[in-house]
Amino acid sequence: MTSITLVRRIAARPTIVFEALTTAEGVAAWWAPEDVQAIMTEVDARVGGAFRIRFPTLDGEEHEACGEYLEVVPPLRLAMTWRWVFGGVVVERDNVSRIEFDLRPIDGGVELTVTHTDLTDEASASIHGEGWVGSLGRLTRLVEKATEQR
Amino acid sequence: MLNYPPRELDRTFAALGDPTRREILARLEREETLTISALAAPFAIKLPAVMKHLDVLSAAGLITRSKHGRTVDVRLAPDRLRDAADWLARYERFWSPALDRLAAMAEAKEAAAKEAEKRQSEAPDV
Repeated sequence: MTSITLVRRIAARPTIVFEALTTAEGVAAWWAPEDVQAIMTEVDARVGGAFRIRFPTLDGEEHEACGEYLEVVPPLRLAMTWRWVFGGVVVERDNVSRIEFDLRPIDGGVELTVTHTDLTDEASASIHGEGWVGSLGRLTRLVEKATEQR
Repeated sequence: MLNYPPRELDRTFAALGDPTRREILARLEREETLTISALAAPFAIKLPAVMKHLDVLSAAGLITRSKHGRTVDVRLAPDRLRDAADWLARYERFWSPALDRLAAMAEAKEAAAKEAEKRQSEAPDV
């Protein structure tokens, strides 16, 4: 597995940083490139919940990234899958990334560690497994909702 | 976004994940071509161990070996190394400014929260 790890010290309390990572308003403000307004941001930060952001690039095209939350432990840890989508079509189906955010409280703020891992076929298969668990979670919620409405 | 066959990159990064192998690559970068015995000389490990490291580097496409009579010349093969560096650069280009924006936003919110807390603590009890 190929991965990159970045560490940043941020002078803000963990809850504020975690909120920036897990709300649509927060994500829209930092995920898209500079001078670009996100067209759409969808953040459902719970296990099995969806992440989706669409933004225009300077060449006039639209880019969309989507993923699914795997671990949500406020305000310390967030793990998600991530892939690019073009024109509604998921590209690189077998090339899912996994992004992990770990927040460690330090004096005067947070040390944020971001690990972005490219997953090979084998690993993405196990992630797809987790994806199924997420889908089952969604299905269960739908069923519960339908039952409530009766 | 990703044009590199992931398995090859995995092999490259796995090969780079060892200090002896990185030292071998660093020496090859400085000296271009070295024989295996010249390469092995500064290391405390035995020749067969060096040979094993060279096998790993060779399988990852990071070096080439060519036989000249009784000696084997080892050279750096820079393409794979460049691919690995490109891969890191792509992600770095995305994450570095994104995390700068995240930090700036969180720090502004922290300042606002502190200001609000200060005002609250200074407010006279009613």
